[in-house]
Amino acid sequence: MAYMLEIQDLHKTFNKGTINEKAALNGVNLKLRQGDFVTIIGGNGAGKSTALNAIAGVWPVDQGSIVVDGKDITALPEHKRASCLGRVFQDPMTGTAATMSIEDNMAIAARRGQRRGLSWGITRKEREWFKEQLGELGLGLEERLSSKVGLLSGGQRQAITLLMAALKEPRLLLLDEHTAALDPKTAATVLALSDKIIKEHHLTAMMVTHNMKDALMHGNRLIMMHEGRVIYDADEEEKKNLKVADLLKKFEEASGNEFDNDRMMLTK
Amino acid sequence: MMAYFAALDPMTLVRALPGNVAQGLIWGIMALGVYLTYRILDFPDLTVDGSLALGGAVAVTLIQGGMHPALSLIFAALAGMLAGMITGLLHTTLGIPGILASILTQISLYSVNLRIMGKANQSIGIGQKGLVASLRFVSADDSYVFFLRLLIICLALVAAVYWMFGTEIGSAIRATGCNEQMARAQGINTNVAKVIALMISNGLVGLCGGIYAQYQGSADVNSGRGAIVIGLAAVIISEVLFARLCAGRKTAFAYTLSAVFVGAILYYIAYTLVLWLKMPSDYMKLFSAIVVTIFLAIPYLREHYSVKRRRS
Repeated sequence: MAYMLEIQDLHKTFNKGTINEKAALNGVNLKLRQGDFVTIIGGNGAGKSTALNAIAGVWPVDQGSIVVDGKDITALPEHKRASCLGRVFQDPMTGTAATMSIEDNMAIAARRGQRRGLSWGITRKEREWFKEQLGELGLGLEERLSSKVGLLSGGQRQAITLLMAALKEPRLLLLDEHTAALDPKTAATVLALSDKIIKEHHLTAMMVTHNMKDALMHGNRLIMMHEGRVIYDADEEEKKNLKVADLLKKFEEASGNEFDNDRMMLTK
Repeated sequence: MMAYFAALDPMTLVRALPGNVAQGLIWGIMALGVYLTYRILDFPDLTVDGSLALGGAVAVTLIQGGMHPALSLIFAALAGMLAGMITGLLHTTLGIPGILASILTQISLYSVNLRIMGKANQSIGIGQKGLVASLRFVSADDSYVFFLRLLIICLALVAAVYWMFGTEIGSAIRATGCNEQMARAQGINTNVAKVIALMISNGLVGLCGGIYAQYQGSADVNSGRGAIVIGLAAVIISEVLFARLCAGRKTAFAYTLSAVFVGAILYYIAYTLVLWLKMPSDYMKLFSAIVVTIFLAIPYLREHYSVKRRRS
């Protein structure tokens, strides 16, 4: 069966050859089927966000390949990959243009993957469409189409970014700790919204999170990363029975083993 | 002291007004270009000093060669666009920081302009027909024809820029200037967007250079020196004075663009005022810098002051 996302042996080292050298990705392998919603957990510097950025093409990878829906995108620049991706970032400021209106932001997202020409940047028909979409958020934003996005709260901006990401039915939705900067209540709202959008559009999605509960409650798969590798991959059946305690144990095992290895190397 | 005040004739100021308006409208075209890079693209573009002189050099050289003055302006604008493109490519394809890339273009344009004109200064013949703008028109009997023409040119440019930045490409440029990360995530080639914006901006500056050379009757290789500061002055004066008037309107952007011209006119009125107060003309660049400093500082100090007041 064909996969929606196929990552093979992804490597990335930052600041190569300097004292700050950091091997962020050490051979990541991952396959996602259409409709998979995988949550990604792991400690700081495990390579979770780096993996998402590698898929998005923020910088070129050193080695490995990324295939989305049968198309090898490894060599494509960031803006060209955007046609098959939807992205939401950790910082609510990142996903939208603050000085532009809500409708302008959405109109830009509506043209993702299309040639931009000299026709008007937003049509009347689109305005109705955006209004409808915003209405489903239940945040009252449908009445504020021409408000500057910069005037909105972080949660509102994240909700709009989510809408924008899903607007063109991306092959893959990348959520990079998109609730980490929000207060608990808003975070829950945005998470529920993410679930809803992913379900409605049958999207394939990856969500990085620091919150193990969230990682267990959402999605149908879970992976744990450590030192640039996927060290645990739970499928749908396995994930159903997982508890936070299990994850913590796995996590300790992973870092503990690492510690043992280090000691072994020292005593050798 | 009394003698000083007695020597100041208010009528001189009034008589200078039409000239100020003309100069302000012409330089407003450049300020419009500066607005696009400085405010919309968030790119400090110093190419302006070079492309302004370039526009003048191209227009005057072509007029001397027999071209109609109006037609020469198209080439002045195209030359400006080329200069903007070079800055853009230096920045996007060679990774040179924006401000440095624009300085490199600016400094090379000095040589280019000398080469185009053959010497540092070239003038248009006294009897030249068909000029789009000229000092002579300001005091002519039918000066209103000239002012009307100038006004129509400026309004047409505002309309064109307004339209351009409402299109898909224009939106892409605005997004690039506001949030590059967002722009790329939405599939915008931010490098192309930057180059296009720099071309439009410097095209306007080149056009201004061409019109101004006709107005003055000559092109000078140094005519662009400090132009960016005048452009900034116009943009910032208009923002400080008209921001509230423009905000919230449906066509706020069109108002903001027009306000840039008013800012440029006000700048020239202030400029004349300072000269009228018998400030030596050698100090005028210093004056320009001070005006920009003051108007840049006002929004910052206002904010700072209001924060302090809220705390206490």
